Amino acid sequence: MSARAIYVPCDAAALSVGADDVAAAIEQEAAKRDVQIKIIRNGSRGMLWLEPLVEVETDTGRTAYGPVAPEDVAELFDAGFLNGGTHDLSHGLTEDIPYFAKQERLTFVRCGITDPLSLEDYQTHGGLAGLRKTLTLSPEAIVETVTQSGLRGRGGAGFPTGIKWKTALEIDASQKYICANADEGDSGTFADRMLMEGDPFVLLEGMVIAGLAVGASIGYIYIRSEYPHAIKTMGRAVQIWQAANLLAGSGQTFEIIIRRGAGAYICGEETSMLESIEGKRGQIKVKPPLPAIEGLFGKPTIINNVLTLASVPIILDKGAGYYRDFGQGRSRGTQAFQLGGDIKRGGLVEKAFGVSLRELVEGFGGGSRSGKHIRTVQAGGPLGAYIPPHEFDVEMDYEKLADIDAMLGHGGLVVFNEDVNMAKQARFAMKFCEVESCGKCTPCRIGAVRGKETLDKIIAGENVAANLALLDEICELMTDGSLCAMGGLTPMPVQSAIKHFGEDFKG
Amino acid sequence: MNHEPKDKILSICADYGNQPDTLIEILHDVQVELGFLSTEALIQIADALNISRADIHGVVSFYDDFRREPTQGPTVKICRAEACQAVGGEDLAKHAKETAHTNIHDVYCLGNCALGPAVLIGDDLYGRVTPERLDALLKTKAAP
Repeated sequence: MSARAIYVPCDAAALSVGADDVAAAIEQEAAKRDVQIKIIRNGSRGMLWLEPLVEVETDTGRTAYGPVAPEDVAELFDAGFLNGGTHDLSHGLTEDIPYFAKQERLTFVRCGITDPLSLEDYQTHGGLAGLRKTLTLSPEAIVETVTQSGLRGRGGAGFPTGIKWKTALEIDASQKYICANADEGDSGTFADRMLMEGDPFVLLEGMVIAGLAVGASIGYIYIRSEYPHAIKTMGRAVQIWQAANLLAGSGQTFEIIIRRGAGAYICGEETSMLESIEGKRGQIKVKPPLPAIEGLFGKPTIINNVLTLASVPIILDKGAGYYRDFGQGRSRGTQAFQLGGDIKRGGLVEKAFGVSLRELVEGFGGGSRSGKHIRTVQAGGPLGAYIPPHEFDVEMDYEKLADIDAMLGHGGLVVFNEDVNMAKQARFAMKFCEVESCGKCTPCRIGAVRGKETLDKIIAGENVAANLALLDEICELMTDGSLCAMGGLTPMPVQSAIKHFGEDFKG
Repeated sequence: MNHEPKDKILSICADYGNQPDTLIEILHDVQVELGFLSTEALIQIADALNISRADIHGVVSFYDDFRREPTQGPTVKICRAEACQAVGGEDLAKHAKETAHTNIHDVYCLGNCALGPAVLIGDDLYGRVTPERLDALLKTKAAP
């Protein structure tokens, strides 16, 4: 009998709850029992509450066990898990687990399935098909395909990707750049990290396609320093990718360079990120000029989020129509929703736009982990709105969320139970802005400090009505006067908390 | 200072071609090498990259990762962001502040939002960290 393949994720979230120890325990137990096994360190399937999720390749498919602790391993061997035997921790075939089966995985189609650093695995599971088609197309045709797919920026702003690419394509320049924004700083989001650790080649393939589309021969990946595992995996992936010389014979070249962040949230803002890549303070720059016209080192630069670029290969492979058929309205394709906070089944859910918040939180997520009543969900990171339960039926797309004064952001959903104090959350939003503001513009730099002080007074019960009116003015000024989304959107969590949870602001 | 660190710093700068745009990468590597960024080190980097000390100071003071004082043991980053707040992260941070550990820092999101509270010790990520587990981790993984 050939060695039984056992999958134990190397994703940082899985490692954070002991995946390495579990892999070592399986190795030891197999040696003790003289059983031939082969451990493959895959990415995560995104069912994070089951991590470490161990999968065994059986005749009928991959069988899932989780969450596995090292002390469970001997029992699993006793239960015959190498042949898919049942145990308290078994969940049957991984792909039949409803959480996974009900998803529409396009961007994350290989994540958790393949060995992240096997280019062979990558191709066996559909990788490089998009790049091969791209090499037969003109730059204009590539851009047109992306435009037709309806793909919009997944970093949060939702700008149509094809239009951004067209802008850079139409400029004549000696050098152009592609920048992958992997400065995933929003609380509640981990999709970029999961993808970079679980299927790094798809990001590289997307970057190369973007380069071919706009005529760029150098790409940067800017990864936040809080993601050491992603930095390591991407670094190795780039080496393997470059060594494979995939553009040989095409007359094209594409060099990829990784740059680490250094602990500044603002560097996720595109102009700030460019400054940081140039080795400077991450202060934002006034637009125009748009980076697509005058970006990195003064040259036309396409800055796209990791998920945006990683969605491009499947669009080129299967066609714009295939991708556009998912989703609704002006929100086409799929979104990687990330469920975090006090949630029973936290993880990543890739679904077509239009799924309701309730289905995500209660259906996929199973409600709160603590068993307490859910009071609110913050959608879209620290600059996103706190959504109250009576609006949980909102369909998740860019426009429907805007209709209720909320936003999708990067797709993070953080669940809070009834213990949360919303005045304190509003204060945190201002404090976060105070800590992370780059300091360039006054509304953000000063507004955040005054906003925090005013909330302190409200919380202490000082002149509550007058201070709420003042806070409203500060929010208005920050929204209208800030140069970027940091100061411009900080009022969103503050004002949503006041609007929906006014009872917490009575001092 | 003796010459050994200086040679190491110059060699790190040379590895990056002494290019000013690689300053942040260089600062990371030098900090790993020395444990912190000394004034002498910054002067040497400025010379190697042919940029001003003021420029370097501007960069070092902007980014939270860079340390100007010597530290002991690996850096411990405790997540203070919303997803961890929702599952007891603030109690964990309060507990951490009460320990005698000198190298504990606040961080806003470690990307482990479904398995919070999260802590990063050196390059190792931990999830579902309780105060008791943090104590054990600080003892075994982050001893100065």
